[in-house]
Amino acid sequence: MSTMWTTKLRRATVEKFEPQDILPDDQPSYVASWIYVFGVMTLAGLFVIIVTGFILTTKGIAWWHTSSVGHFVNSAHLWAVELFFVFMVVHLWGKFWMAAWRGRRFATWVTGAIAFLASVGTGFTGYLIQTNFDSQWIATQAKDGLNSAGIGSFFNTLNTGQAILLHVALLPLVVGVITIWHVILVRRNGVVPPLDAQEIAGGAK
Amino acid sequence: MVLLAISLNHPAKFFNWGFISISIPNLIMIGIIFVLFALALILPFPSHDKSKGK
Repeated sequence: MSTMWTTKLRRATVEKFEPQDILPDDQPSYVASWIYVFGVMTLAGLFVIIVTGFILTTKGIAWWHTSSVGHFVNSAHLWAVELFFVFMVVHLWGKFWMAAWRGRRFATWVTGAIAFLASVGTGFTGYLIQTNFDSQWIATQAKDGLNSAGIGSFFNTLNTGQAILLHVALLPLVVGVITIWHVILVRRNGVVPPLDAQEIAGGAK
Repeated sequence: MVLLAISLNHPAKFFNWGFISISIPNLIMIGIIFVLFALALILPFPSHDKSKGK
């Protein structure tokens, strides 16, 4: 048995995935329910957030104050975030009441929970970089809160530069990587069946 | 200036109940989530006819 790290990495990753699991053309009958739709709707929301966020990042944080196009893109970014969280909360409730960690899906549940928390952090830092009175008020209130929690020296919400980098670089990277990992686990293990249904081979293992 | 059906040019009103204080827009969003969750469980999902083939 080879001890090369490339061999170990291949066996730990790509060899575990069957093509029909990654890109299936059929799903178990219990997936024909609206409650199973909200995961992919969350992904659709995230896609719009990334596209509009990319445009806003290239144009700068003050663009939306002076341009009607910038105002439109900023509003699209905001409403995509609103819908992203609405869909994600319905997805979370659906999976919680389905006990979606069943059938060796614990890692899927945990990566989803981390993606949710990272998304909340990304949303909060987004409020800090609106460059208006609203963001000033939020920054001072959050500064008091973080100081009282003893972590004010690590996250200085009054430092707009830090908030921008957290919002457009570090936190999106975390959300992106965790989301991709989450989707890969869903595809590998299949969607969780309802509590009163049997696991069906082909879509769920 | 585009006229809106609802004027948003003022601070949001707040719902206060004991220690709970939440803006009406946020309360509406939470209500929408509850309604959406209930509809997702209740509404039938449109199914395609498998006899037509893939």
